[in-house]
Amino acid sequence: MKNFTNLSRVMSGSYLPLLLLFGISVVNAIGMVVTSHILNPLRPTPQKLMPYESGMIPLGDTRARFSVKFYMVAISFIVFDLETIFLIPWAVQMRELGWSAFVAMSLFVIILAVGLLYEWKKGGLEWD
Amino acid sequence: MTIDFSRQLHYVWALLPEIILCVSGMVILVVGVSGRYRHAHMAAGGSIESKSGDDLGWLALLGLLGAAMANAWLYSVTEVGESSMIAVDRFRLFSNWIFLLAAVLGILISFAYVYRQRLQAGEFYALILFATAGMMFMVGARDLIVVFLGLEVMSIAVYTLTAFNRRDRKSAEGGLKYFLLGAFSTGFLLYGIALVYGATGSTNVAVIGEAISNGEASMGLLSPAVALLTIGFAFKVSAIPFHMWTPDVYEGAPAPVTAWMSAAVKAAAFVAFLRVFMVGFDAIYALWYPILWWLAAITMVGANLIALVQTNIKRMLAYSSIAHTGYLLVAIAAANETAAAGMLFYLLVYTLMNMGAFAIVMSVSHHSEERLYIDDYVGFGWSQPLLGVFLTVFLLSLAGFPGTGGFMGKIYLLLGAAESDLWILSVILVLTTVVSYWYYLRVAWVMWMKDPETEGQHNRIIVPFPMRFALLASVGLILYVGIFPSAALEFARTSIEGLGTFGGGLIGQGP
Repeated sequence: MKNFTNLSRVMSGSYLPLLLLFGISVVNAIGMVVTSHILNPLRPTPQKLMPYESGMIPLGDTRARFSVKFYMVAISFIVFDLETIFLIPWAVQMRELGWSAFVAMSLFVIILAVGLLYEWKKGGLEWD
Repeated sequence: MTIDFSRQLHYVWALLPEIILCVSGMVILVVGVSGRYRHAHMAAGGSIESKSGDDLGWLALLGLLGAAMANAWLYSVTEVGESSMIAVDRFRLFSNWIFLLAAVLGILISFAYVYRQRLQAGEFYALILFATAGMMFMVGARDLIVVFLGLEVMSIAVYTLTAFNRRDRKSAEGGLKYFLLGAFSTGFLLYGIALVYGATGSTNVAVIGEAISNGEASMGLLSPAVALLTIGFAFKVSAIPFHMWTPDVYEGAPAPVTAWMSAAVKAAAFVAFLRVFMVGFDAIYALWYPILWWLAAITMVGANLIALVQTNIKRMLAYSSIAHTGYLLVAIAAANETAAAGMLFYLLVYTLMNMGAFAIVMSVSHHSEERLYIDDYVGFGWSQPLLGVFLTVFLLSLAGFPGTGGFMGKIYLLLGAAESDLWILSVILVLTTVVSYWYYLRVAWVMWMKDPETEGQHNRIIVPFPMRFALLASVGLILYVGIFPSAALEFARTSIEGLGTFGGGLIGQGP
């Protein structure tokens, strides 16, 4: 029973807002789909029935070839995306974390800069 | 100097070898793509390119020398307390020597290969340094998260190196296989770490050990955690049945990379395996020891039997390296000080002999992918006597012939097994060693005893000076530790002291 009371305490306490948020977002998502189905005028054309109206066709052979340049962009994007993920929490807490965190973060950015320098020299930033 | 981890700056001192390696890796990476090196690459071959590649290789060796000096300096350092994330103990420093040695040998033997295959030297040497730094993080970690971090740093660099020769289909295939299976096994390891954290409330190996021996950990979470961690590590050390990637990767990867990774990656995984299981899970020895018993037995028997029928020498050496995983797993199953010291000693010798054998195979194949069959070695001994003798020494040592380091290594593994009363496992070790004589000695037999059908097929073998030096050093060290093992073993023994409290497990248990 100990575990159960623990669980209920946790559920009623700190995690309740999270649960509420989850519930609201589920209701909201379902609501949007359902209301748009009920309310909008349906005039389907082949274009409109595609999964992505202006994107690529997601069906067919998976061995379609496309240029390696897209990978370069994607990898660079992931690197700098992750940099942001690490930088923002640190920036929010910067004063509390103090100098050691500042030095650590600077090192992190310097290492990334070295990576960027490498990519630049290697020609990873040129499209052609 | 004392290292006190309550002060942030002291992490820098504790991680000095790793930092030196990472910095020199970054320097080489940038130098390799800047200025004249870049244009030399674009000139597509010629003497300029080879020269630039060698420069970067020597630069990498300089970085390794710096790391070695830092590693030697760390011997004069004592740490305060033994529960920090980074261990500064002799166990870690001894393992660091193995990785540094492997990296130095690996770079020395790859000069000619990098030139002949027109590999991009900057990235090649930088990735070797990064992977070595990752290995050092892995063995210096007292925290499972740092183990994981080191494992990833090492693995990602090694995946890339496996697929480095992008003009070669087999290299790409090996790299992709290694990457997919490796990522999968890393998932197992990470899930195991998460469950350990759930069971004990910590990722620190020392704290985990205490929590388990105090009975605070829930066994329901701990048993699957141990199983998942075992799978993760068993994959990295390529124990059967998690060995499927090994032959393909070793065959496909550029030859010097194969030589280096078959020794260094395995050593890193084994040392981390040993620390996590002997320090962290010492109190539940009875839980994990049957798993390792069976893993060791299956690996020894299976790998040696499969190696018997190989005709490609790279694949034969790949299965032989799996067989050596089996021998080393005996040490982890035994889990006592003798076995741990024996394992360190064996890893050192294994690095030397395995890299030496692969290096000679590489030069016989003319630094490309030809002449890889055992029949191609007909008459090799008589046309290249020095290399022939060297290869024979490496093969005899791999087989465990008396007078070589491999023999002494097996003796200490057996001593360790005997101390934990693992008699059946010891018998399996000895019997499979006898079986292994067949496939090692067959190569020696072919190269000395069989008459060549075509004359002069081994005349074109090029062994440049750096590789000659590496081979000579390896042979010298193997024979030295084989004939006078006491110094190296004493070194390994003192490296084990203070690793943790070995309960020695529960001695006297059958399988």
